[in-house]
Amino acid sequence: MKYFNLVWSNLKRHKLRTLLTVLSILVAFMLFGYLSAIRQGFNQGISVAGANRLVVRHKVSLIQLLPESYEARMERIPGVNSAVHSTWFGGVYQKPSNFFAQMPVQPEQYLDMFPEYVLPDDQRAAWLATRSGAIAGKVLAERFGWKIGDRIPINATIWFKKDGGATWEFDLVGIYTGAEKNTDTSGFFFRYDFFEETRGKWGSGQVGWYTVRIADPARAAETAAAIDQEFANSPAETKTEPEGAFIQGFANQIGNIGQIMMSIVAAVFFTILLVAGNTMAYSVRERTSELAVLKAMGFSDRKVLGLVLGESMLLTCLGGGLGLALAWLLISLGDPTRGSLPVFFFPVREMVIGVGLVLGMGLIAGILPALRAQHLQIADALRR
Amino acid sequence: MTGTDDVLVKISGLGKSFKRGTETIQVLDKLDLAIPRGDFLALMGPSGSGKSTLLNLIGGLDRPSQGTIEVGGERIDQLSGSRLAAWRARHIGLIFQFYNLMPVLTAQRNVELPLLLTRLSRAQRRQHAAVALDVVGLSHRSNHYPRQLSGGEQQRVGIARAIVADPTVLLCDEPTGDLDRKSGDEILDLLQALNREQGKTIVMVTHDHHAAERARRTLYLEKGQMSTEPVA
Repeated sequence: MKYFNLVWSNLKRHKLRTLLTVLSILVAFMLFGYLSAIRQGFNQGISVAGANRLVVRHKVSLIQLLPESYEARMERIPGVNSAVHSTWFGGVYQKPSNFFAQMPVQPEQYLDMFPEYVLPDDQRAAWLATRSGAIAGKVLAERFGWKIGDRIPINATIWFKKDGGATWEFDLVGIYTGAEKNTDTSGFFFRYDFFEETRGKWGSGQVGWYTVRIADPARAAETAAAIDQEFANSPAETKTEPEGAFIQGFANQIGNIGQIMMSIVAAVFFTILLVAGNTMAYSVRERTSELAVLKAMGFSDRKVLGLVLGESMLLTCLGGGLGLALAWLLISLGDPTRGSLPVFFFPVREMVIGVGLVLGMGLIAGILPALRAQHLQIADALRR
Repeated sequence: MTGTDDVLVKISGLGKSFKRGTETIQVLDKLDLAIPRGDFLALMGPSGSGKSTLLNLIGGLDRPSQGTIEVGGERIDQLSGSRLAAWRARHIGLIFQFYNLMPVLTAQRNVELPLLLTRLSRAQRRQHAAVALDVVGLSHRSNHYPRQLSGGEQQRVGIARAIVADPTVLLCDEPTGDLDRKSGDEILDLLQALNREQGKTIVMVTHDHHAAERARRTLYLEKGQMSTEPVA
């Protein structure tokens, strides 16, 4: 700590240069933090996907439907405890940019299958009692200012009504919350029986996909194979996979966003590493004689190495720390897409990685100049 | 001389050579020298005669190619790098021609630098530095940065920095070389006072006969050899 003043004073030597370097590091780490939250948003659900849940979809593609009758057949397969179906509704609320997921489901079975969706008992009872009833996640309800009792009109783009009408009206009877911080609470669920009796002939008796609870996660592959075997050579063959893989596949429909983002961040980091390294190299080169004087006074090679590394670390900690803090601040302001990223927060794991990257960058940027300073020959350096 | 046989620095058979390409340049050759405690020795000689090299070797800033150097009975030519650094911190005070102060630190902080290597508390370091600045008559400039000081004042700060840890030997490399006559005289007055009043052993390299006259004795170095008279 007694060397802090010396290290800090050296950073203040060229204020503009230090400021620009700190700002460039700040931007890099702010980008890292913010993109981490966006990536988390895209991959939402993967990390909390149930290990004991499988998703069964049509073998050809997710948009192909499966018969409703599969549910009972699945539940008879050894290793399967229960099955519940979901269907993508794809409607529009007021305008297309107000995107959120809407799905007709079987209320009781669905809530049992997904205990992470927490709905108060009275609201659960209201949903079971109201055929046109729907529940919305907390994030979604807050987004549009909905409250229980509201009537929510949604225009169909896939599922038109028997009378040809496109506007479906639902009574909001419940607002669910998440059991975990990263539970998606941006969904909108309504009753499948209401959906089935109201939709037109197309697709009747068909559902989107199934979620299956299995008895033994260790035998997931075996159970998945048994399910697919059950429907092999039928008009609607299935593909069964763990829930996490399913969600990942769903996210990957628009490309591997996470990988693209992290590639950008990696390129930015590499550039900033060169900037910080260059700053440190210049800083050491221009005060070769000062370092020699310190050594002449009795500062050991290790101390001089530590001073230069300390300076590099302080530089990156300043920029990186401020960058991560700014990212946290911006992320706490909420989802920038206003709804497309239902789960949007700075994950602790990414924060820890960020801190590690700050320290790593400080070390790598400073190590070569520090070694140069360490090996400086006093007499030679004083002659320069 | 101090009138005592107490030898502080004892150099025997000292040689120093440098490689320049394929050529080996012998700067010092089989040099013997004894510097008593309390001496004020001026080293003179033409450029390239090895004066600064000898000063660096006495201060443990460089290593000899041959021979031995004893300071206070300790063979410094045998010390490892880290032990030599610690030895310098305890025993050597250096004064440079171009002051070599840290431009980013105030006079006070510059003087405190050698004390960072001690176990003194922050308050004690400040106190010691204040005393050293007082000795060189710069208490009123303690919060000034080097760029705000004249050459003479900067050299005084350099002297305060050199004496603050109470070293055994003060090594001065052309301490008045960058100063006008008046400032140079003030610096020499200060060095003389440190030697006479506080008994500091001083070895000073200089080109200036006027400066050398202030020393207790002068030795001349030429072609790697030492003499008491300048070589004609």
